[in-house]
Amino acid sequence: MVSEHDIRKCVTEILKEMALTGQGPPINNVSLDSISEGILPDILDRDLSEEINVPKPHNLEALKAIKKLTPARIGVWRTGTRYLTDTLLRFRADHAVAMDAVFTEVPEEWIARHNLPKFRTRCENKDMFLTRPDLGRRFDQEEASKIKNLVGQNNRVVVFVADGLSTTAITVNAMDTLKSLNDGLLASNIKTSPPFFVQYGRVGSEDSVSEITGAEVVVCLIGERPGLVTSESMSAYLCYKAYLDIPEAKRTVVSNIHRGGTPAVEAGSYISDLVKLMLEKKASGLDLKL
Amino acid sequence: MILKTKLAGQVYGFQNLTEVMAKANDEKSGDVLLNRAAKTVTERTAAKMVLSRITLEDIYENPLLPPEKDEVSRVLKEDLSLGIYERIKKWTIGELRNWLLSHEVSGEDIIRISRGLEAEAAAAVAKIMTSMDLVAAASKISVPSTCATTIGLPGTLSYRNQPNHPSDDLEGIKASLAEGLSYGSGDAIFGVNPVEDTVDNTLAIMNLLWDFMEKFKVPTQNCVLAHVTTQMKAVEKGAYACCLFQSLAGTELANEGFGVNAAILNEAYDCIHKLGQAPGPNLLYFETGQGSEQSIDADLGIDLMTLEARCYGLARIYRPFMLNNVSGFIGPETLYDGRQIIRATLEDHFMGKLLGIPMGMAPCYTNHTKINQDDQEIATMLAAMAGANYYMGVPVGDDVMLAYQDTSYHDDATLREILGRTPAPEFFEWMKKMELMDDKGRLTAKAGDASIFY
Repeated sequence: MVSEHDIRKCVTEILKEMALTGQGPPINNVSLDSISEGILPDILDRDLSEEINVPKPHNLEALKAIKKLTPARIGVWRTGTRYLTDTLLRFRADHAVAMDAVFTEVPEEWIARHNLPKFRTRCENKDMFLTRPDLGRRFDQEEASKIKNLVGQNNRVVVFVADGLSTTAITVNAMDTLKSLNDGLLASNIKTSPPFFVQYGRVGSEDSVSEITGAEVVVCLIGERPGLVTSESMSAYLCYKAYLDIPEAKRTVVSNIHRGGTPAVEAGSYISDLVKLMLEKKASGLDLKL
Repeated sequence: MILKTKLAGQVYGFQNLTEVMAKANDEKSGDVLLNRAAKTVTERTAAKMVLSRITLEDIYENPLLPPEKDEVSRVLKEDLSLGIYERIKKWTIGELRNWLLSHEVSGEDIIRISRGLEAEAAAAVAKIMTSMDLVAAASKISVPSTCATTIGLPGTLSYRNQPNHPSDDLEGIKASLAEGLSYGSGDAIFGVNPVEDTVDNTLAIMNLLWDFMEKFKVPTQNCVLAHVTTQMKAVEKGAYACCLFQSLAGTELANEGFGVNAAILNEAYDCIHKLGQAPGPNLLYFETGQGSEQSIDADLGIDLMTLEARCYGLARIYRPFMLNNVSGFIGPETLYDGRQIIRATLEDHFMGKLLGIPMGMAPCYTNHTKINQDDQEIATMLAAMAGANYYMGVPVGDDVMLAYQDTSYHDDATLREILGRTPAPEFFEWMKKMELMDDKGRLTAKAGDASIFY
């Protein structure tokens, strides 16, 4: 049987080959062969769990074994007391991807392609969003009435997508989750509103959405704060009859939605089951015995 | 108490001491968020002027949070040395700054007045000091502490080995621990943040760390950073631990959120004193951080830096073995960028040392803040100049459990070599015996290989 590891390795090789033969995507829209013949491989494709840089380890087998026991960056070796250049470059690359996931906007093109009406919380820009969690939970009058116009007030379930702290998490996962979630609810004849996108949204924006729309259950798909391991992790926060400043314990959370955690499609159908349960039990969070 | 000043032809007046304290702060996004920061640079400067003319007595007589309304205020007041306070109460904050920085005043002199200084007074004087002031004053003060071994002695620099694991896998924790130890990280403590806050899990990790210490005869101490009540139960159940940990905040309300109060802390001290594995007398480990009260809506209108000083006031009652701040862990809504984190780091270290705390530091950052590796390293080097007792040690600075970046095993060794410091004495001897360090405290060719422990 072919293991996942073998498949990964195979895909990595193919991608490398594509890159080398110029079939890979051009960078910054510059034709590569006009500058040089080759292309550096993506440092993020390297599997850190395979890398041991200690030159003459006392016990190589033990070192190989313990590398498999933790995702921590060990066995990296040093120059003097500092990191080897590639250890530093990989750290920088992971941090760069994480920061860009936070500080980049969800592309207008992506929002349009998926026909998601866009609303904005009271935050005017990314900076304000990051420093004013309170404003990321609220909408001004005008936005609120637009949401009300779109959604109406007779949906039992309202589902929306918020950027939160990772744009990448949303663009990679949100549509797959939305689709399987909708399929699940449709199969049970549960009426939902058309999904929409909230820019500069915190988890608590679902409390405002709930108040505006009068929905019984509100579901917010939102980008999680990226770590260095992945920037693609999305969460779903579900709440029964939410209101502003509702205790956090009243929310039900499905976290770690990404290809290395719970895959997006699987998460969507699990969320639809949770929604059904909430409608039936009229509760969420700690009040909902799972 | 005068709460008004003229500056640049304009009169700046403040309602009360709370407002002066907040507005005298250098800019922090947390104060801006709660609308208590100065609106202009001139207003900030005016607040610093007013504050510098306030006396220690003014602060004592006008508590920001009255003792009858808040437990932290109450125990802080009870703990204050009235003898010393009476002698110095007429000093203004400006005079206190001059005194602290004077050539005539030694670190020992500073420690001799420390117990007569209120936490709010320590915050006040830090607010009128620059970064270099904060480093210069703090660098005089040495506060060693002893659990199983002694850290914080002049000429030494120590580290907490922090081998966290995303699923508390014991062998995974051991792997990072071994890696760090081969770089000389862990003389302050072996300290793990568990994912799962249960008695059995806490007990298992405590014993893992203890067994490792015993097997390789490492002269240090161990701790598992679960909730203090969980740790107590683990120790009562027979776990081997040297030190108990708890996060602290500067108001009773915030401590309630953390599930802790003065009675529980007393109980914790008695528990580890009775059932722990170290002679002490310093047996507790605390963590604090600017903005923690605000993050759970429990700041009660007080600025985040003053609340941080109150944590140190609370901590010193329990004569901790170590205390480090983790400012930078919460995010941009409290400390926005590199400049704010560097400033907060130096303030916290100074305030802690001034109040007699064996301060360590954890300059750190999350990925949703405009802080990068350079900012963090700068904060670390400056705090090391100021004389921080210890830092964290995390594999390549990437904590795979808590998902933030802190100082690394490599940074630990680097700081010692830059500053010519050695580990805590017994641990230093052990490192030499293991042939991981030379007589000067430099890493040998063997260092950096975790497999020597397998």
